[in-house]
Amino acid sequence: MSVEARLGSAANFVDERTGAAKWMKKNLQKVFPDHWSFLLGEVALYSFVILLLSGTFLTFWFDPSQREVVYEGSYEPLEGIKMSAAYASALHISFEVRGGLLMRQIHHWAALIFMAAIVAHLLRVFFTGAFRKPREGNWIIGVGLLTLGIVEGFLGYSLPDDLLSGTGIRIAEAIIQALPVVGSYLAYFAFGGAFPGEAFIPRIYTVHVLLLPGAFLALITAHLMLVWYQKHTQYPGPGRTEKNVVGYPLMPTYMAKAGGFFFIVFGVTAFLAAVASINPIWLYGPYTPGQISAGSQPDWYMGWLDGLVRMAPPIETHALGYTISWNILIPGLIIPGILFTGMALYPFIEAWITGDKREHHLLDRPRNAPNRTALGAMSLTFMLVCLINGGNDIIATHFHLSINQIMWMTRFGVLILPPIAFIVTKRICLSLQRADRELVLHGRETGTLLRLPHGEFVEVHEPISPEKAYLLTSHEQLPALELPAVDGRGVKRAGALRNKLRARMSVANAEAITKVSENDLKEIEHH
Amino acid sequence: MSNQIEPIKDPGLPAHVHRQADIDPAAADRAERQVATLFWISALGAILLIVSYVFIPQDEFIFIPVMGNQNAHQLGLGLGMAISLFFIGMGAIHWAKTLMPDTEVVAQRHEFRSSDEDRKDFVDTVKSGASASALGRRSLIKRSLGAALGLSLVSPIVLLRDLGPLPGKELEKTTWKSGTHLVTDPGNRRIKASDLEVGAVAQVLPEIEDPEHRKLSDIAKDAVLLIRLRPAEFNLEPEKLAMTHDGIIAFSKICSHMGCAVALYEQQTKHLLCPCHQSTFDVTRAAKVIFGPAARPLPQLDITVDNEGYLVARKPFSEPVGPSFWERDSQ
Repeated sequence: MSVEARLGSAANFVDERTGAAKWMKKNLQKVFPDHWSFLLGEVALYSFVILLLSGTFLTFWFDPSQREVVYEGSYEPLEGIKMSAAYASALHISFEVRGGLLMRQIHHWAALIFMAAIVAHLLRVFFTGAFRKPREGNWIIGVGLLTLGIVEGFLGYSLPDDLLSGTGIRIAEAIIQALPVVGSYLAYFAFGGAFPGEAFIPRIYTVHVLLLPGAFLALITAHLMLVWYQKHTQYPGPGRTEKNVVGYPLMPTYMAKAGGFFFIVFGVTAFLAAVASINPIWLYGPYTPGQISAGSQPDWYMGWLDGLVRMAPPIETHALGYTISWNILIPGLIIPGILFTGMALYPFIEAWITGDKREHHLLDRPRNAPNRTALGAMSLTFMLVCLINGGNDIIATHFHLSINQIMWMTRFGVLILPPIAFIVTKRICLSLQRADRELVLHGRETGTLLRLPHGEFVEVHEPISPEKAYLLTSHEQLPALELPAVDGRGVKRAGALRNKLRARMSVANAEAITKVSENDLKEIEHH
Repeated sequence: MSNQIEPIKDPGLPAHVHRQADIDPAAADRAERQVATLFWISALGAILLIVSYVFIPQDEFIFIPVMGNQNAHQLGLGLGMAISLFFIGMGAIHWAKTLMPDTEVVAQRHEFRSSDEDRKDFVDTVKSGASASALGRRSLIKRSLGAALGLSLVSPIVLLRDLGPLPGKELEKTTWKSGTHLVTDPGNRRIKASDLEVGAVAQVLPEIEDPEHRKLSDIAKDAVLLIRLRPAEFNLEPEKLAMTHDGIIAFSKICSHMGCAVALYEQQTKHLLCPCHQSTFDVTRAAKVIFGPAARPLPQLDITVDNEGYLVARKPFSEPVGPSFWERDSQ
């Protein structure tokens, strides 16, 4: 029997038992638009699968216990040293279990790639405006996944209970302990008593391997179902409209490409794990609160948070016998809280500013949304300055710089550079719009010089294709909202200050270089 | 209207360009062979993995240019796995790109918003459902339900109470008492002032009866750093100076910011630096914070010597050590 016939009878078998024929037929022909930037979310998804597989392997040998044992394994430098069972079993996986080190490194690399892919995917969605109606809910799910990813990653690298990760847990404990009123209680509950105790590793193990992966599965499922149901966004271009989806059908092309891509992501992760050492826990030694290694660094996605904490000014309030540690609360909880809440609510904030209540399925080219692009650049600059300060000790030792100067530069930089990034990015976007306008009106510079009869040299311009001209002019340019201070009957509107703010932001948001219209082209032809 | 801005027209989807494999059967056969080759390479990778697992010992190292000495077992397993997976993906994608249909398909979207009629029915259904339950009118039910739901959420919080003991005053106490001997860590040996040369640093712990079973949670509060300077180098208030002994000054090693071990001592400048967040403390001025996010100096331990010349604590710490917490009375 041929492959076709076999698959056909399988389809028949399924339908006779589920009646799914109609649904399956429709969905197997579902159209997916193609673009490299749509693969970023896929990388995140595939890394998650890799994490589940490699993580399951590790659980077969890992012993999540802080019971004290004496090391008797094959790594000689730690022979006879007292350590937790968790650390000893992580060493056992690294040195005695065949393929154990490979799986540990795959798991850690996949976690780094997972977070990087989530961030890159988030940036793609942000800068192209894919979060707009009707996809605000999916944006919020995405922000939730990012947040969970940070927590899950932190818990994961805390599990081996080595000197570096124990130091990270110590810092987490200090943040909990700094919470006003309930801090020391919560810390004692979380650690089952005084830090470090013997309860924390087993507890976060359950959270790391059961609770959070469960939450991930639920959220990822919802995320994908929404993508499926709402259909994918697409980039603008000839033949692409708000009313259609242009791409390849799921079966077979998209299935083969997406399935193949999973193996490529897995293969690349395995390659990294084979050749690039990551988190060599045996070099750090077991955790003890009295020791530390210089150059203590968290994983990259925690770096910005660490950098913020490092640059915080030394402010504590002591009053009436109580202490509030602003130097921990502001960088450790308040600023991240504001950032992530603002990020989650951004689709609604933008819709409020533009007053746009329509559905959007065509993506924006970032230059055509200068304000949003500038805001993104501003946030990235903030994060980058924080991240640089998170590695200030490493930068100082590698480049022979003064750590104090780096700290002061980032303390000022974190306030000054983001607004500069906003202004510069917005100007660049508007200039790019101007360049687009030039291109449509006067065509492409060919680099061919022409000498005119009277001796003048001119460069020959070549008109661009109608497809390109359409791409460069198909975006919308909405006017700013008109929000008069009084309504139609001459009554002053409520919330005057809010309206003023909204009108002001709407004007800034609508700033654009007028795109070329058919009329402009006709006018040029007349000349 | 004549001055209406007219956008540039959509020229529609560009015409489909055929690939070589679509029009030339020889090219299609070539593509098939390429895909098959990629899959065979993957199979070789899997064999490399199995061979490495079975035949290369775990302690076998080989020298590879650029990478240096590498564990052959780990490298063989990893590369075998990488090749076996990566080339399955390459094969599948090459197959899709050369031999599967590449004609773009257009599907229509439909606005999610339902027809006005359906929406009205929906809203009416919700409204009539809500009014049938009389939730709006029967405020007694509404309030009692709210209270019941709220209280039911409290129970899981109550059930988590036994996660740990109450902190009590524990955060403010350490093992140090009047007369506790300072012992080396590691080693648990008593030390004399003469054991420390000028410029030397040592980590010490309080002497306990059973040092073999010292708890990490005690070390997290008890760890102390001894530093010996020339007495003239101190710039201390009299009562702080009285807490030193013969140029030896003792500080809690637990950072007053977030509890890391303040382990980096710069002999030239007499500064202590915490590697976590770079809080910097000046040893000559009783660990005053001169840089970084820490808001308080490291607590100083009052030390002296006993009759036999061994270093002891004269008094326990006069303030809680480690990071701040709400109940900390810092004055």
